[in-house]
Amino acid sequence: MPNEHFAVSPDWRWYILLYFLLAGVAGGAYVIGALLRLTGVDRTAERVAFLVALPAIVVCPVLLTLDLGSPARFWHMLVNTTPGGGGLTLRPESPMSVGVWALSLFSVLALISFLAALGRPAGVARLMAGRLGTAVTLAGAVLGLFVASYTGVLLSVSNEAVWSDTWTLGGLFLASGMSAAAAVVAVAARRRAAAGTERRLAEADGWFALVELLFVVLLFITLAAAGSASTVLGHGWILLWVVVGLGLLPPLLGLARRGIPGALTAVAPGLVILGVLALRAVIVFSPQG
Amino acid sequence: MPGRISPGTAYGFFTDTSICIGCKACEVACKEWNQLPGNAPRFLGDSLDNTGQLDAMNWRHVRFVERFTPPAPGGGGGQQAFLMMSDVCKHCNQASCMDVCPTGAIIRTEFDTVLIQQDVCNGCRNCISACPFGVIGFHGDTGTVRKCTLCYDRLQAGMQPACAQACPTQSIQFGPLDQLHQRADARLATLHGDGHDQARLYGRDSRVYGGLGAFFLLMDRPETYGLPSAASAVRPGRNNAPGYLGALLGSVLAVLGGLIALRRRNESPETR
Repeated sequence: MPNEHFAVSPDWRWYILLYFLLAGVAGGAYVIGALLRLTGVDRTAERVAFLVALPAIVVCPVLLTLDLGSPARFWHMLVNTTPGGGGLTLRPESPMSVGVWALSLFSVLALISFLAALGRPAGVARLMAGRLGTAVTLAGAVLGLFVASYTGVLLSVSNEAVWSDTWTLGGLFLASGMSAAAAVVAVAARRRAAAGTERRLAEADGWFALVELLFVVLLFITLAAAGSASTVLGHGWILLWVVVGLGLLPPLLGLARRGIPGALTAVAPGLVILGVLALRAVIVFSPQG
Repeated sequence: MPGRISPGTAYGFFTDTSICIGCKACEVACKEWNQLPGNAPRFLGDSLDNTGQLDAMNWRHVRFVERFTPPAPGGGGGQQAFLMMSDVCKHCNQASCMDVCPTGAIIRTEFDTVLIQQDVCNGCRNCISACPFGVIGFHGDTGTVRKCTLCYDRLQAGMQPACAQACPTQSIQFGPLDQLHQRADARLATLHGDGHDQARLYGRDSRVYGGLGAFFLLMDRPETYGLPSAASAVRPGRNNAPGYLGALLGSVLAVLGGLIALRRRNESPETR
């Protein structure tokens, strides 16, 4: 029996769509930087990943604030402003509340890693070079994974059709965000990274795309069981799924053939990012009409 | 009139749809008291309804469900009737809107009602996607979300809500919830005794969001009135654990894939 839904649309539109994309890129880039640090294969690419993560995450609070009905009250997410209340506001049952805190903490660690990657101030770079730096990077990576994925959980924790009919959105947004991040880091590190790094990043993108594909399949299985698959396929939304497929194609082909086919090399990053944007667009917009 | 209104007692609405006449006095009284100008009038083509839905401007909404079936060939068997129901925020005992609100703007008052603090809400609209009844609406002028307050200001002044006071048939009854429950049980027994087998109480017990502060006597299935059945009355928080587990699964797989791709492979690492 299909799930019943009587919830109305929160009217989350372009600011939220862009935020969902950039949160995935920022979190994903930081995680890629952390993985490169752990394996130690290419310090230059590692630095580039951290240099990508901060600018992406800096835009996020701006987008979130602009989307609020009362932007000047953005800080009400962090501070309890109920009369007679006081203190900080953290509501574990609300992914939006937890996410705002994760976003804040992640931004601080992304800033530290960004400064260390720049090498200025020298004190920060020195501290980050040691064990403390590794601990900070690992903490940042965990937060990065959270920031890239909680947006999907936030949608699921609702009573909207599609969003609340599946448990897959967190994993889907995480994997697709990592895929977009790998494409961005690969482009940013081009000509600067060590030999073989571009191939490695393309392979990583292939794995992320494979995980994304797995979650797309799981998404459709769960939506079909809930009777809401037609919502994400009807009204022309299927065209966006074609874009999602085109975005998955280069990294998956690259993984299967141990290298992206030459004809696709130039357009692959653009296709990947467009595909990830289309995925979020169809998920965010289709249930809202 | 429910007698003296005291903080610490749970108050609510019992809406008996069997005696609603669709006059919309409740909508008018609500708008008058709460200074809601309403949305621009438009023809909805939906029976006698020109309000449309509950939202930031409509905190009461009279639904009209047409039960018009033509008589069978040869006469007889046709039905010509309206189901009418004055819909409102349900003031759920387990309120989905409260669960997801990131600012703590949505609180339970001393009258056990659910209130959105207008000076705390920042208009994130998360509660709109969580409310299973489509009650809450965003108001562009205030930049906040709004809904029925169960006339919180009137309760504080010892007055019953405006809609209940205006209702000419007592379809909307206000009072302490335990008294309303007794009244509803007696009314249901009367209707069943009169042969109205489809009559039922909605939100009287805990099966729908732990019990509703504004509960109903319905003359048909809840879905007929645009209300979720007890089986579909689920809280958004049910998806927290599976959602985070899905994210964890995705994280583990993606990190593993990243490690495989970015590992050392008999190559000398570039020095820092």
